[in-house]
Amino acid sequence: MFPRIVYESFRHQARRKLLAGIAITLGVAVATAMIAVATDIGDKINRELRSYGANLIVTPQEDTLDVEVGGVNLKPPSDGAFLNEADLPKIRGTFWHNNIVGFSPMLPVTVNVGSGPDAKDVTLVGTYFNKPLHFGKQDFTTGVRITHPWWKVEGSCGNGALPRPGRVEDSPAACGWPSDDSQNILVGEGLATKLAKKPGDTLNIAGRQLTISGILSTGAAEDDQIVAPLALAQQILGKPGAVRRVYVSALTKPQDAFATQDPNTMTPEVRDRWYCSPYVQSIAFQLQEVIPHSHAEQIRQVAQNEGTVLSRIKGLMLLVTLAALFASALAVSAAMATAIFERRVEVGLMKALGAGSLAVATIFFAEALLLALIGGIAGFSAGALLARQIGRSIFNSQISIEPVLFPVILAIAVIVTFAGSAAAIRRAVKFDPVFALRGEG
Amino acid sequence: MSTTGTLHTPKQVADRRVQAPHTSMFARMLLRAAILRRRRAAAALLAMVVAAAVATAMMNLYVDVQAKLRTEFRNYGANTVIVGKNGQSLAADALTKVDSASGPGGKALAVPFSYAVARTKDGQSVVVVGTDFTRARQLNHWWKVSHWPDEPNQALIGTRAATVVSPNRQPFELTFQGRPIELTPAGMLQTGAGEDSRIYLDQSEFQNWTGVSPSTIEVAANGTAAEVESFMRQLAQLLPSADVRPVRQIMEGEANVLNKTRATLYAAATLVILTSALCVLATLMGWVFDRRHDFAIMKALGASERLVNGFFAAEAAAMGAVGAILGFFIGIGVAAWIGRANFHAPVAPRFSVFPYVFAGSVAVALISAILPITMLRRVQPAIILRGE
Repeated sequence: MFPRIVYESFRHQARRKLLAGIAITLGVAVATAMIAVATDIGDKINRELRSYGANLIVTPQEDTLDVEVGGVNLKPPSDGAFLNEADLPKIRGTFWHNNIVGFSPMLPVTVNVGSGPDAKDVTLVGTYFNKPLHFGKQDFTTGVRITHPWWKVEGSCGNGALPRPGRVEDSPAACGWPSDDSQNILVGEGLATKLAKKPGDTLNIAGRQLTISGILSTGAAEDDQIVAPLALAQQILGKPGAVRRVYVSALTKPQDAFATQDPNTMTPEVRDRWYCSPYVQSIAFQLQEVIPHSHAEQIRQVAQNEGTVLSRIKGLMLLVTLAALFASALAVSAAMATAIFERRVEVGLMKALGAGSLAVATIFFAEALLLALIGGIAGFSAGALLARQIGRSIFNSQISIEPVLFPVILAIAVIVTFAGSAAAIRRAVKFDPVFALRGEG
Repeated sequence: MSTTGTLHTPKQVADRRVQAPHTSMFARMLLRAAILRRRRAAAALLAMVVAAAVATAMMNLYVDVQAKLRTEFRNYGANTVIVGKNGQSLAADALTKVDSASGPGGKALAVPFSYAVARTKDGQSVVVVGTDFTRARQLNHWWKVSHWPDEPNQALIGTRAATVVSPNRQPFELTFQGRPIELTPAGMLQTGAGEDSRIYLDQSEFQNWTGVSPSTIEVAANGTAAEVESFMRQLAQLLPSADVRPVRQIMEGEANVLNKTRATLYAAATLVILTSALCVLATLMGWVFDRRHDFAIMKALGASERLVNGFFAAEAAAMGAVGAILGFFIGIGVAAWIGRANFHAPVAPRFSVFPYVFAGSVAVALISAILPITMLRRVQPAIILRGE
């Protein structure tokens, strides 16, 4: 009899059930989408913060002072110590290698451009643009295209081949970037104006005729410099394999008091915990371990600020998610309360026929449970789609939904539906059947 | 449902009826309806208030959070740099001009820098920078400084420069074009960038010693991208002999993160507002539907279609209006609390969102009244009154 009452109730009051079901579905969908977005927002914003560039720098341990004014390096180029280029792929072998977005080696060399009275010294920086490397079984590409996303290059698109979809190096933005194994260079926009050069021209540097593949604009010192593939800079300097410094861009965890402690004073267990947290300090420590004779340090301008920005945005989304949960809980409760309040006559009839309060309440709760489960499942799927859509349209990447979220969401849906129905059910059960049947109330 | 009260003696009622104009019947019906069924009315009003509050809070946040985040982004330092054309020094009044352009409100913070290469006693070259310490301290929050110089001839020394010039923090001597200067280290500077290899001096001492005036002014300009751009144009006009350049690393990073956050917040705000509108719709529709007896009685007593529709619409609109006003103030409080909890600065109340909240609330209330009424209109009053 009990299942029949419930079944018939759904069959005959399809419209009302549909309204309540829609409310639950929408409420659960919004809650799911917001929870998914809020749990993933930290990672997403962390990646966006990488557009500020590298947050770590690796330099040789025994380095001499940089003497650099206005982008011109006055230090003799061969002076001081160097890192070995062959050690760089090992960066991918650190504990937090998945958090390392990219790295770019730099080798500044002073060269003479122009001829006669116009001849002048400029800095040529050798680096990776988008260099394919491999460490162990991993293949990856790295370079300034990843670590310095604000560098813009204006140039002509070289060989005229059609761009292959999904390949970074073929996108329109890639036009003008030299290839890492070429003898082509980029000239900073300030320098290009002074030398009256444009893409496609050649420049005589250290006895080599180099083709300018593009004009570089960075808004910093590089605007008056030449940027070349690392191998070319090493040839000019006559030091194969030499690298002056390496910029590393890593996803880090906002630092706290624990992060700034000295690893040498820690007990082994504490040290393990420190080592296995992606603090900028522990990543620097690990970089020093894999690159011999190196000193790794955070670039404080980038590293110190991203933690604050990240925690602000995460906190904001958390509070907004709470507001969303609150609003959807209220919507579900309101819909359930309305649906039950409309059925006082039925309650009166049941009670007049001898049903106890418990029996009536059980029927309503069973109906609510059924509605919550159906609405919860539908809402979870809709919310997952919504979160995916948000991830794709805003961050161009997937927002992953943890499977563990499903039972949690379902439980929340059932609890909220019950809570929303409880007050209305209590009132409906208490109602005098005589009044209900007479249609007063 | 009779009501008893001190004001209901026959004489008083008669007096009141004589004085009251007949048009007040409409208002009285509205008022009595709200008072007599106060539980249901209160539930509907509560839903209205909560929805309006949530909507207000979200809109307030959406408008204000961007400004809040921009102040956070200013901690990244200068977003504009002014340099002399062709590496020359800037005009002597350049900093004053930038300050005057920035105005007393502090639209921008400008810090002068001048550079020179000096030699240590053993002939090593080192870059010495003259700057204004008070301003540099405000601009570059990420500088880790053990002690800022506060006495004459004190210098701030980069950690790497310190190993060369003053490993034991002893006083040291530098020479620039044959002119020596005796300096004491005040504190160490650590940034992880080029600053670590330099020595920082107070601008006036630096200028007395080297005769070099500032060649660079770093400016942190507040405001939206468009405001910063117009400020830069203003600076370029004021200083025709200088190059005013954006620091692309900072500008683009900020724009990127801010746009993504804004888009996420927008999506979230839309979802939350839609959900609360849904909540109102469900509650108010139930409330109006529940009053089909009143509806039927009014019609049975000969009320015109227009009057009945007008009555329910006015009731819903009043509900929406009261809910919007109450909700608006609660919402401002919620937004202020979120601002304080998350940004340590209250979100300023934006009264400009009030018209939207008000119009939205009334519109949703009207929709939730009109839908059940159109359904009821097709039904004979007699059927409703029979309770079917």
